[in-house]
Amino acid sequence: MNIHEYQAKELFDRFGVPSPKGKVASSPKEVYDAARWLAINNLVVKAQIHAGGRGKGVFKSGYKGGVQLVKSPEEARDAATQMLGEVLVTKQTGDAGRLVRKVMVGEAVSIRRELYLAILLDRECCQPVIIVSTEGGMDIEEVAAHSPEKILREHIHPLMGLQAYQVRKICHDLGLQVSARQFGRLLHALYKLFIDCDCSMVEINPVVVTTNDHVYALDAKFNFDDNALYRHPEISSMRDSDAEDPREVAAALHDLNYIGLDGNIACLVNGAGLAMATMDIIKHHGGDPANFLDVGGGASKEQVAAAFHIILGDPNVKGIFINIFGGIMDCNIVAEGVVAAAKETALTLPLVVRLEGNNVQAGQATLDASGLNIITAVGMDDGARKIVAAVA
Amino acid sequence: MAIFIDETTKVLVQGITGSFGARHARLSIEYGTHIVGGVTPTKGGQLFDNTVPIFDTVSAAVKETGATASVIFVPPAFAADAVLEAADAGVELIVCITEGIPVMDMMRVKALLVGSKSRLVGPNCPGIVTPGRGERSHGGCRIGIAPGYIHKRGNVGVVSRSGTLTYEAVWQLTQLGYGQSTCVGIGGDPINGTSHLDVLKCFNDDPETEAIILIGEIGGNAEVEAARWARDYCRKPIAGFIAGATAPPGRRMGHAGAIVGGEDDTAQAKKRILTECGIAVAETPGVMAKTLLECWGR
Repeated sequence: MNIHEYQAKELFDRFGVPSPKGKVASSPKEVYDAARWLAINNLVVKAQIHAGGRGKGVFKSGYKGGVQLVKSPEEARDAATQMLGEVLVTKQTGDAGRLVRKVMVGEAVSIRRELYLAILLDRECCQPVIIVSTEGGMDIEEVAAHSPEKILREHIHPLMGLQAYQVRKICHDLGLQVSARQFGRLLHALYKLFIDCDCSMVEINPVVVTTNDHVYALDAKFNFDDNALYRHPEISSMRDSDAEDPREVAAALHDLNYIGLDGNIACLVNGAGLAMATMDIIKHHGGDPANFLDVGGGASKEQVAAAFHIILGDPNVKGIFINIFGGIMDCNIVAEGVVAAAKETALTLPLVVRLEGNNVQAGQATLDASGLNIITAVGMDDGARKIVAAVA
Repeated sequence: MAIFIDETTKVLVQGITGSFGARHARLSIEYGTHIVGGVTPTKGGQLFDNTVPIFDTVSAAVKETGATASVIFVPPAFAADAVLEAADAGVELIVCITEGIPVMDMMRVKALLVGSKSRLVGPNCPGIVTPGRGERSHGGCRIGIAPGYIHKRGNVGVVSRSGTLTYEAVWQLTQLGYGQSTCVGIGGDPINGTSHLDVLKCFNDDPETEAIILIGEIGGNAEVEAARWARDYCRKPIAGFIAGATAPPGRRMGHAGAIVGGEDDTAQAKKRILTECGIAVAETPGVMAKTLLECWGR
């Protein structure tokens, strides 16, 4: 799950991670009022979308830049008027861009140094790792590729937490002197936030040292562990369904795991590994998968029906491949679900079904007796070939 | 021989009175597995299905039954605690089926298990099967949620992160007439107790295992680590498959661990490294068993 910058600021405030003053607003009037309230001359207005590269982004209206430096409440209001309700395209959004529903107006600080700071979970050694670099404000992947020596890593023992010597070491290696104490405080606060909120990643790019030696987190990108959201209702409530794929939101409601892709062959599979492998085998035989869809180990008739509706909501879909290995799950229940859903949606697209496992004969008989034009397959390769041929 | 478990292994079920745990405990008992006890706090002293004694704690269950393995079916919020309880009771093999455990919980569990004599398999895994010698592999040891009947006792070891892909490989083998020594599902989470490499080493040392199928997916470098070790030390033919060649970067593909992060954890990169290490990589998941038989010379 992702959150917006203004929500990240709420978390920063709660945990004591210093960041410039700012307010979120969803109308030009609110922006004007917020700017008046801030009572500062150097202001910045930032579009709130779930994607980076906003500063260099271009609105579909032609207006350039999702981050604007302004000098007065009037200018802030004018910039917000150009952003709100408009679609911003950045290098991370793809051509479709993202609709801007909110902007953040805040203090524009005068920057002396920009640093990079991230905390994430290193799965190889099963520990959190703090990553810092003197090259803040840049694309960190570029830094990693061209000057890997400028990226420093510090692993944290999960049972001990961040130690004082580690903070001293990081500050020293970043060349911080006057501002070391402030940076250290920020680091301790951010580590506590990372652990307490079950983050899988938090990235601040940049952390800035201002001309008067204050240290601020200027931007933030958070990823939370979906498995832990149950114990963070305040973070779950930050979910912006408008910024997510509506099909994925619908799938989540039915306990289905759906991810939309660009192809035209929809697939419906039980098990995450088999679902990934089914996409691969479609591609291998010359087709293009339209989605990843895992109905789980104990899919019900209702879930199969919901899955059909979600799949058919994608206008690119030209055919459906159902691949079920019903180990414990009864193949006949799946077959009944498929037949009911195909009839209910008056399906006209080609449908290939590969069933294997528990009670497969009964399942096959249900499909045969349905009177529907279902193409049956024996094995995954056979099924993939048949659906690719059917949509060609 | 097989690895980790055999037909004599005594197994506890933590969470035996929940619907999921109960259902799979029954299927394991039907398969011929020695389910010697269940653990559900506050239900100690009762019987499960009028036959299996239920205990309040793992420690009491181990003392009473002599169990050496435990399978965990408790909900995600309580699973880390259940693993630690089993380890504290000295259970040698802990298999955690639970899906959706917070990764911070697993990180702490993993750190606490360093130096422990317990082996954790999973979480978010289908479990382990050592097939029996009876009809449809009856009489074996089934710990977890895998369908027992698709197996056949034999000499191929299978290790995988994914449940359904394991069943796919096992079923292909069985249909071609080749049985399995042990099938181990290590789970789809980013932090798990037992890695591909841990299992590969055990298969290499197991006289009953003659050939190996290793199934992996995008994310992390566990498959690569296993392949590099196999190149230098494994004496047995290995066929591999990596799922997720078509997965978009940065998206979690069902399994929490299946996210492409860098260049080296893509399916393409892993397949290349596996091939370089002498592993026969199946072109599609439909030919995993066939690929193994070819490199095995059968």
